[in-house]
Amino acid sequence: MSRLLPRRRAALLLVLLPAARGVAAETASITIDNFSFNPAMLTVARGTRVVWTNRDDIPHTVVSAARPPAFRSHPLDTDESFEMVFDRPGRFAYFCSLHAHMQGAVVVR
Amino acid sequence: MSDHDDGRRRLLGCMAWVGTGLLWTVSGGVPRSLGLPGPAQAATAAPDFVFAQISDSHIGFARDPNTDTPATLKAALDQVAAQRPAMMLHTGDVSHLSKPAQFDTAAQLIGATGIETHYVPGEHDWLDDEGRPFVVRFQSRTKQGAPDGGFYSFDAAGIHFVGLNNVADLRPGGLGALGARQLAWLKADLAGRSASTPVVVFAHIPLWLVYRDWGWGTEDAAQALALLKRFGSVTVLNGHIHQILQKVEGTVAFHTARSTAFPQPAPGSAPSPGPMKVEPGRLRELLGVASVTFTRGQSRLAVVDTPIGA
Repeated sequence: MSRLLPRRRAALLLVLLPAARGVAAETASITIDNFSFNPAMLTVARGTRVVWTNRDDIPHTVVSAARPPAFRSHPLDTDESFEMVFDRPGRFAYFCSLHAHMQGAVVVR
Repeated sequence: MSDHDDGRRRLLGCMAWVGTGLLWTVSGGVPRSLGLPGPAQAATAAPDFVFAQISDSHIGFARDPNTDTPATLKAALDQVAAQRPAMMLHTGDVSHLSKPAQFDTAAQLIGATGIETHYVPGEHDWLDDEGRPFVVRFQSRTKQGAPDGGFYSFDAAGIHFVGLNNVADLRPGGLGALGARQLAWLKADLAGRSASTPVVVFAHIPLWLVYRDWGWGTEDAAQALALLKRFGSVTVLNGHIHQILQKVEGTVAFHTARSTAFPQPAPGSAPSPGPMKVEPGRLRELLGVASVTFTRGQSRLAVVDTPIGA
């Protein structure tokens, strides 16, 4: 599993990695708004970079529901993003650690 | 109110016949009853102990409806200071994003009042390094002897105060949680205390289920409340929901405070529990502070909420 890279500068670095491997990475987006992840359930192919962007007027986090968490974003203020490249198959449930009723999952085929 | 007055008059009349009349007096704005005869009792009535509750200052938040949370916190603290409390409780979300500068601003504004203040964290204060910055900044003075984890207890004016942390390990699916370790500590902390000791419990997320869909409740609060059941006077003070709600169950009185930063909608009245937009000029009516009065001889502490603007 790729390491956490919550900042925008690090996001640029992530863009370079797939080119170095000779594989073009797909990107999929999840929007956080109105205390919900949209889409709440996202299915992607292995190697996809998933980008969460917070459009809500309150901060949210993206935290893996596994114990211990497989990934954890920094608190995302409005318009901030967090990304993860999912290179293993499986179902990765996550939630917002500030508002734990907000839940989602990324299914990697 | 007039029905109440008529009833009371009739009751007083009946009691005068029986010789068990009550004289109502008001001390510090709180009605008290004194048994008759006994004018001497009034002269030796125990002094009140008054403390304040503020909550959800969210220093660092700067969007609609409040672009200046330090200013509204300052206005709230001016209100508190005018009531001359002996002490203050902050029920969490001191900061908006757990940033050191935000903690600094809050600590500086609150410290300037000179009022002894005790804090519990909100989830917005527990975003970094397992809450260590918050504990170091806001709890190190009062936590002596308590284990790590953002919870502790202390005594003042004969009242046992318990600060709990229900934001440390939020799990998916919604509510706040105290956890087995904190509950075990609470059990030991309360053991052997006289049931006539008034207990004030303060924690960020409500310790009763206000609204499950928005995570407004604490998963394992029932276990804590079971430990408190034997006490004759329990007051539970919470924040998190940015509005006043109150409830009494037996000897336990629950109260949630307004925020000093922004209001939130009533449960279920909006698609989500985010900051509520308000008409220009109305913000300060929806922000507030609370004053809590303990009067010896009265089992229920009196909680009075005041908005910071009219």
